[in-house]
Amino acid sequence: MIGEALLFYMFAGTLILSASCVILARNPVHSVLFLILCFLNGTGLFLLLNAELLAMTLAIVYVGAVAVLFLFVVMMLDIDFQELRQGLSKYAPFSALIGLVLAAELCIVALGWKPSVHLTRTIAPQTAELTNTQMIGSVLYTDYFLAFQVAGLILLVAMIGAITLTLRFRPETRRQNPIEQMHRTPADTLTLHKIESGKGVSL
Amino acid sequence: MTLDQAFTIGLSHYLVLAALLFTVGIIGIFLNRRNVIIILMSLELILLSANINFVAFSNYLQDLAGQIFTIFILTVAAAEAAIGLAILVVYFRNRHTIKVDDASRMHG
Repeated sequence: MIGEALLFYMFAGTLILSASCVILARNPVHSVLFLILCFLNGTGLFLLLNAELLAMTLAIVYVGAVAVLFLFVVMMLDIDFQELRQGLSKYAPFSALIGLVLAAELCIVALGWKPSVHLTRTIAPQTAELTNTQMIGSVLYTDYFLAFQVAGLILLVAMIGAITLTLRFRPETRRQNPIEQMHRTPADTLTLHKIESGKGVSL
Repeated sequence: MTLDQAFTIGLSHYLVLAALLFTVGIIGIFLNRRNVIIILMSLELILLSANINFVAFSNYLQDLAGQIFTIFILTVAAAEAAIGLAILVVYFRNRHTIKVDDASRMHG
């Protein structure tokens, strides 16, 4: 019990601290690395909550794909980040006020919240004999199959959209033309000369 | 809150944690109003706080629906990050900056 509490406070503390570092770091590369730390701590919290599949998904999909995507974009674009940080102190009091009010309200709600009796009606109850992944699979591919398909569709649309947005043809760069390459024959490019010994070659 | 309550991790601990993380995300949006990359990262933090809420309730109610919805949130968040960063790259190509306050004009 006390070990779980200590783990929770460690993960939670690191999560909030690294989240603060994400929004306050001077260098956006540091922000992305702190975001990765956030996701790893979220993974730990999910493990504490017995959601093993989601913990691994968070670690693989978020740390492996989304955070690295952020890192690529931050490093690829040549941005003057000092210019973007101007006015940070101007916005600071207002955002601190908003944050304080919001945090107070949400904490009051979270601490004073009591479950009603009707809330405990379970849609997909967890059972002890199956692993978390098996249980999620048995529910996801049956009861939530339509939503699962729609999620796949969303990912497809996002992929097509991202490719269409960023694809561009630049006339100054030389691009590979596979069809032209495939239709090259030796006769187009290659000539054979029989050279007699002692004489030069005139091409 | 007594010491015993503090060391018995229940639902409200996770709810308060998610609330604090959500607040950090909101502050990040207000604080870095010019830097779209940090705004997108703040959105990821907000979505992570929503996920923590979902999974905490899923564990509390012994109901898998929360974890299923977290999977869908992860999907939508990944799609949102990909599209947002693609838009950001195109915007940077056209304007050579990512200042959001310049983006109030709609003409191309």
